[in-house]
Amino acid sequence: MDTNTLIFLALLLPVLAMFGNMVFARQDNLRDGFTFVCAILTFGAVLGVLGNLGNSTSEEIVLVEMLPGLQIALQVEPLGLMFALVASGLWIVTHIYGLGYMRGNKEKHHARFFACFSVAISAAIGIAFSANLLTLFLFYEVLTVSTYPLVAHKGTPEAIRGARTYLGVLIGTSIALFLTAIIWTYTLAGTLDFAPGGILQGKVEGLLVPVLLGLFAFGIGKAALMPFHRWLPAAMVAPTPVSALLHAVAVVKAGVFTMLKVGVYTFGIDFLADTGASDWLMWIAAYTILASSIVAYQQDNLKRRLAYSTVSQLSYVTLGLALATQMGVMGGALQIAMHAMGKITLFMCAGAIYVATHKSNISEMKGLGRSMPFTYIAFLIGALSIIGLPPLGGSWSKWLLMVGAADADHQIMIGVLMASSLLSLSYLLPVVAQGFFSTSPDNPYNGIKEAPAFCYIPPVFTAIGCVILFLYAGTLVEFLTPVLEEAQ
Amino acid sequence: MATASETPHIALTLRDHLPILQVLIPLCTAPLIVLLGDRRVAWGLAFLAALLSLVVSFLLMMQVMDGSFISYHLGGWAPPIGIEYRIDAANAFVLLLISLTATLVLPFALRSVADEIPARSHTLFYACFTLVLTGLLGVVATGDAFNVFVFLEISSLATYVLVSQGLYRDKRALSAAYDYLIMGTIGATFFVIGIGFLYMTTGTLNMADMAERLAGQGSNRTVQAAFAFIVVGMGLKVAIYPLHLWLPAAYNYAPSAVTVFLAATSTKAAVYVLLRFMFSVFQPEFVFDTNLLLWILAPFALLAMFAASLIAVFQTNFKRMLAYSSIAQIGYMLLGISLFSVTGLSATMVHLFNHGITKAALFMAVGALVLRSGTTFYDRIEGMGRVMPLTGAAVVLGGLSLIGVPGTAGFISKWVLVQAAFEADLWWIALLIVASSLLAVIYMWRVVEILYLHTPHPEAIHKEAPLSMVIPMWIAAGACVWFGIDTSLTMGAANTAATGLMGGTDGMALTPTVGGLLGNGQ
Repeated sequence: MDTNTLIFLALLLPVLAMFGNMVFARQDNLRDGFTFVCAILTFGAVLGVLGNLGNSTSEEIVLVEMLPGLQIALQVEPLGLMFALVASGLWIVTHIYGLGYMRGNKEKHHARFFACFSVAISAAIGIAFSANLLTLFLFYEVLTVSTYPLVAHKGTPEAIRGARTYLGVLIGTSIALFLTAIIWTYTLAGTLDFAPGGILQGKVEGLLVPVLLGLFAFGIGKAALMPFHRWLPAAMVAPTPVSALLHAVAVVKAGVFTMLKVGVYTFGIDFLADTGASDWLMWIAAYTILASSIVAYQQDNLKRRLAYSTVSQLSYVTLGLALATQMGVMGGALQIAMHAMGKITLFMCAGAIYVATHKSNISEMKGLGRSMPFTYIAFLIGALSIIGLPPLGGSWSKWLLMVGAADADHQIMIGVLMASSLLSLSYLLPVVAQGFFSTSPDNPYNGIKEAPAFCYIPPVFTAIGCVILFLYAGTLVEFLTPVLEEAQ
Repeated sequence: MATASETPHIALTLRDHLPILQVLIPLCTAPLIVLLGDRRVAWGLAFLAALLSLVVSFLLMMQVMDGSFISYHLGGWAPPIGIEYRIDAANAFVLLLISLTATLVLPFALRSVADEIPARSHTLFYACFTLVLTGLLGVVATGDAFNVFVFLEISSLATYVLVSQGLYRDKRALSAAYDYLIMGTIGATFFVIGIGFLYMTTGTLNMADMAERLAGQGSNRTVQAAFAFIVVGMGLKVAIYPLHLWLPAAYNYAPSAVTVFLAATSTKAAVYVLLRFMFSVFQPEFVFDTNLLLWILAPFALLAMFAASLIAVFQTNFKRMLAYSSIAQIGYMLLGISLFSVTGLSATMVHLFNHGITKAALFMAVGALVLRSGTTFYDRIEGMGRVMPLTGAAVVLGGLSLIGVPGTAGFISKWVLVQAAFEADLWWIALLIVASSLLAVIYMWRVVEILYLHTPHPEAIHKEAPLSMVIPMWIAAGACVWFGIDTSLTMGAANTAATGLMGGTDGMALTPTVGGLLGNGQ
């Protein structure tokens, strides 16, 4: 099949899954099986796009002209393809996990849940294949709105409050800042297309460059740059599959992916480097990395701790962009895939623990590791990848970011990255250590067993993925190199 | 189509009479409804009239999309002696909005009116409805200043009656109608005083003729006073922020179907008249010289956007909240005018239409909620989104369009408006526009939460609204999405209209460019 058809399939199959969920709302197995098939086909379609990449030039597909000169259009490029692969591939894993979690945990409204989930995936793929900022913004907002019911899923006052913060921050930043930045860019450059080397060179100068970059950086609220990070911990009231796929992968990665796209294809790395417009952003990113690590350290609720860890890790990508060097951007791009694989593992483990024991606070999880060895070993591997130790994927992105910092002559950022590693070591490993080595005198968890197989096999699978990513990082770097070459 | 110059004597076809048919069809239907006196026939006739005027306005729209205009001479009397109807892209677009809304509202009204108004009043209700339609179409179609006033009164008087029909649900509808009557009459009086001044100065009532004679009279005090009277008079009808007091009560207490129609059309027709007088009668240069726009109109527009939105946030009644939101949205339209550029006017024109369909969808959802839960107070419509999934989803779609989320019509308006602000180098206005739309997020999302995240009230009827309401509601909601993605019709018309308006008037069209002639040399 040709690339165009495959892109449409990748976009529409999740939508089909949504309709399937609505039609078969009451036939549980049929509905979930249907979604599973759609998920596999979606991943297949994205793989097909990857397979076609070599033998056909990627041309723009114009869907509709929204305003004169402003099109809704799709295009394939390596960075987006990687994001689409990550999102659609992990959807399959998360769907299996979600079945185990939702059934094991006796959650309600499965059909609505999986329907919204599918729409969110479609939106993420749309973001990945967007050919210009307008299209990207359209899917960006679809992603926000479609995930709102997932955050509010439980319907408890706490969930409603969390969902309110979630929507308020994401819609607020995107409409007030991101949209303004987009329209401003359009007024300046007369186009919104993603073009190698950027479209703003020579169109804007002086103080306005950092201001515009600021509108983008804070407007892309999904990248969770402080002080607009609060939606992410608030979103933790959602069922764990949502936290795992959407708030560790699809939504937050859509944020940092957008950040990279804007940096590379709207501003252009060289333009940023020449004007020094991104220097301030580097400091904000560094601050976010350290501050949220410290906050994470203080959290007792496991999911909240992971959420703050995500805030910190997302800013690695922003930092990579702000360094405005090739290695920095490459490190940031790798971080999208590496962190996704690691963090989804951690979240799925947290969910598995919750399903098995209904405990969500770390202080109550003493000695659980011996009852749930698979879950805890997967957690350990995921944690080590986040910390950035070999032989796990996370080490590469951190390595490249450090090289990027050295290239940019900002040695202090190397220090920031190392400090962050130490901090993540100190807030992630105690969870595992407690699980294996400490026992409360009257261990109340004697009867505890592993969660259902649907819940603990997916994290084991993604943990293995972390190792594989370490081994094949070179391939990934080669694959992404065109992004940087075009930027020359 | 043959023009006057090519064929001096041509037979007049029905097509040539479209401009007057637009007004005549509903005008003749109203007395017919009263004469026949049967309430089922009444609805049928009203719907037929609305449908025919929709067809007519669509045909007119097709003729003027290229930027030309049609000049129709009433009764064959050449202007400025006779009355001229002049259709160009600006008013064809508004005509389309008005007739489209009427055609959508009537099927909706069938159940809604039956529920809210006793059967004995139905015939007169539909007669009045048709008269409102006549008035609004007339106001927009005519090229004669006094004619504008006449049609304005036709529509206003009928509207007062329609608003008062809410009394069967809540007696306060009477005082709301009375308030509206007083304020509306003051507005109309100011307007007619302004026209009087203009007549005094120019000796003509034809708008194009007036424009020619007014050129260069910018320093004439009488002309300036006329301008002030007209802007304030129409301002009352538009509900420019401090002149808005009649609107919330009128929208709130009127029967649901009436609110839908008023919200989508009546203020929009008034905005159109304001535009027409500012740009076609007084000419852009005059308006520009008086420095009115940026320093007088823009502050009021901004005030409306923030104050009315803030008030909307604190409402506890869905319908009333939407009324305040309308006042805020009118602020966007005025802001577009005040930016004084083609892009700004495009934003006004396109928002006129987009906001019309958005509010139509939302107020129809309100009507459906009234049918099932009896009221629109937040504590009584709790959880209704769960038992009325289609209505609830329409509220969400309409709300997204009101906020201006991409993929909806409201986004297009906002995009063009912000772009106009950037083009004028007024970046702070751009920021204020987006900031005020955040208030829309708050007041709309509050409703969405209420509709979905609570258990339904036990006294409400737990059933989806009937199809006769859901289908028009979804046509409007679907239009919100359609016109958010395919904007060739809306933006095309808005751009043509804005270019035409900014170009000032074309003067007296003795040899009209398209289709026109009519009556000349017969």
